[in-house]
Amino acid sequence: MFESLSDRLDSAFKNLKGEGRITDLNIAATVKEIRRALVDADVNYKIAKEFTDTVKDKALGEKVLTAISPSQLMVKIVKDELVHLMGDDAADFNAKGAPAVILIAGLQGSGKTTFSGKLANYLKKQKKLSPLLVAADVYRPAAMEQLRVLGEQIGVEVYLELENKNPVEIAQNAIRDARSKNKNVVIIDTAGRLAIDEAMMTEVANIKNAVNPQEILFVVDSMTGQDAVNTAKAFNDRLDFSGVVLTKLDGDTRGGAALSIKYTVNKPIKFISSGEKLDTLDVFYPERMAQRILGMGDITTLVEKA
Amino acid sequence: QKTKENFFSKVSKAIAGKSTVDEEVLDDLEEALVTADVGIETTVAIIDRIEQRVVRDKYLNTSELNSILQEEIKEMLVGEASYDFTSDIPHKPYVILVVGVNGVGKTTTIGKLAYNFKKAGKSVLLGAADTFRAAAVDQLTIWSDRTGVPIVKQAMGSDPAAVAFDTVQSAIARGTDVVLIDTAGRLHNKAHLMEELSKIKRSVQKVIPGAPHEVLLVLDGSTGQNALEQAKHFTAATDVTALAITKLDGTAKGGVVLAIANQFKIPVKFIGVGEKMEDLLIFDKHEFVDSIFSINK
Ligand SMILES: Nc1nc2c(ncn2[C@@H]2O[C@H](COP(=O)(O)OP(=O)(O)OP(=O)(O)O)[C@@H](O)[C@H]2O)c(=O)[nH]1
Ligand SMILES: Nc1nc2c(ncn2[C@@H]2O[C@H](COP(=O)(O)OP(=O)(O)OP(=O)(O)O)[C@@H](O)[C@H]2O)c(=O)[nH]1
Ligand SMILES: [Mg+2]
Ligand SMILES: [Mg+2]
Repeated sequence: MFESLSDRLDSAFKNLKGEGRITDLNIAATVKEIRRALVDADVNYKIAKEFTDTVKDKALGEKVLTAISPSQLMVKIVKDELVHLMGDDAADFNAKGAPAVILIAGLQGSGKTTFSGKLANYLKKQKKLSPLLVAADVYRPAAMEQLRVLGEQIGVEVYLELENKNPVEIAQNAIRDARSKNKNVVIIDTAGRLAIDEAMMTEVANIKNAVNPQEILFVVDSMTGQDAVNTAKAFNDRLDFSGVVLTKLDGDTRGGAALSIKYTVNKPIKFISSGEKLDTLDVFYPERMAQRILGMGDITTLVEKA
Repeated sequence: QKTKENFFSKVSKAIAGKSTVDEEVLDDLEEALVTADVGIETTVAIIDRIEQRVVRDKYLNTSELNSILQEEIKEMLVGEASYDFTSDIPHKPYVILVVGVNGVGKTTTIGKLAYNFKKAGKSVLLGAADTFRAAAVDQLTIWSDRTGVPIVKQAMGSDPAAVAFDTVQSAIARGTDVVLIDTAGRLHNKAHLMEELSKIKRSVQKVIPGAPHEVLLVLDGSTGQNALEQAKHFTAATDVTALAITKLDGTAKGGVVLAIANQFKIPVKFIGVGEKMEDLLIFDKHEFVDSIFSINK
């Protein structure tokens, strides 16, 4: 894996040990290292630049206590700023309604169908709700069957219309069905689509307009690189989504896309998905994500002790 | 083609309208490379070499920069000839094992390859060795129907190594030319899943020593620096011999393949540009690099 930010900063500050203050002179190399660390973690290049400018302003003139090194102080400033940008506290999730409608959207293969299953499982087990899963992906081979199998695994009913090729209709019919069966939350799984695919983006916007969802969740693979900003922006322009889901965090990605997306569209990250099994859903903690992006252990305790 | 045009269009923009290579050009170049997911290390290596040339030759104009860049990138992309579906297969059956992390496009790429091999007059057999993900076998079965190519499958949850074994044996019995084995998506940091992959490979070797003849690692073109880790761990488990980069019909530029090709010396063979069976391009580095820079002329 890549060098952690602390290691990088230690080397950047190697010659500066004992300096009592972070100054314009000694900060340049450090800022460059921070930027590189962020870009290596897949934070968008432009955002990493803006971010480090902010960090620089915050750091200039800060007194460095003798107990901690300048690099430790910088790491703390960087981390605090990351946590702040990614949303200081957890965002709430709105599953109230009769029924509440939740629309799931994102790029191909990002983990939408799996997440739909996980969310249904979570709402059923943790919130004691009665969900209906809706298979509105009429394109991907065996997409409906995939959702049906997942529903079966968690004991949640799945609404299917195998012959219908119109996802807007399927979604509308499903909500009617949910009402008649007293289901209080409807989760609509949609096909993966590229942000530049006009017809497909219009389709998902049409689903939104037809069903008026309480929550629209944009599902994104945490391994995504620099392009995450473009995709998030395009989906947000069309859907004005209410939250982000980060998937595949059981991998070893640094997940800098999380910061890029939050920075670009300013929507909260509501859930993280970290496994193929349906009980691997978690709420998002900015603190942990910041540490992950920076490739560090629990540096806060270290700094606070000092 | 669309992907080729936008792959490095920013690089070309960075140099367009400039006559000499100055700090600003290099900064723009850095930005163009990094935002294509080339990665800091590879970007810095490229820029360092250009800086050395500037120092040595004192003066470097942008068209020279252009050709140096083309050379550098071509050198990084290993492998000479591009793939040809019609050329004779070196072994019969020719076994291709398809591997990669979750959701990158393995199954779809298999469908596309089956279509292309069949079109080139080869007989093809699919092996459904993803017995784990919900409806994975159904998905591959639909591809088998679409392409009119037979499939060997077992019940969900059965041993993937046994399915691979069966598939290869069946291919021998049928006199099949090309075998395409689908595997479940797995994250490279999960040791037991990587071991399962090695086991699949060994079970193929029990039938045909020397097989699989190709281990194709599928990478999602929108993946960032994590793709390097993927290449590293999949190579360790299965000796990856070729790369396929998918989803390049989007706006992602797939620049991470430069770093991978350079570091691991694995050739890129295929590019995925859509969800249909026709949406597969054969990767040709000369054409690729030429087209990257051609919009600038
Ligand atoms: N390891 C891991 N795998 C995941 C996670 N979420 C989803 N997956 C896997 O990623 C692959 C793609 O997931 P899907 O849920 O089918 O993705 P999708 O967005 O519905 O895909 P399309 O409908 O084709 O666009 C599958 O192999 C899933 O098992 C996760 O958090 N961790
Ligand atoms: N736009 C686009 N979509 C693609 C491409 N290749 C695959 N996809 C889509 O990506 C999604 C995942 O593809 P799969 O072939 O199921 O991926 P996989 O690697 O087999 O997934 P798992 O088996 O779950 O790990 C599907 O929705 C495909 O249609 C491509 O080149 N372009
Ligand atoms: Mg899906
Ligand atoms: Mg698959």
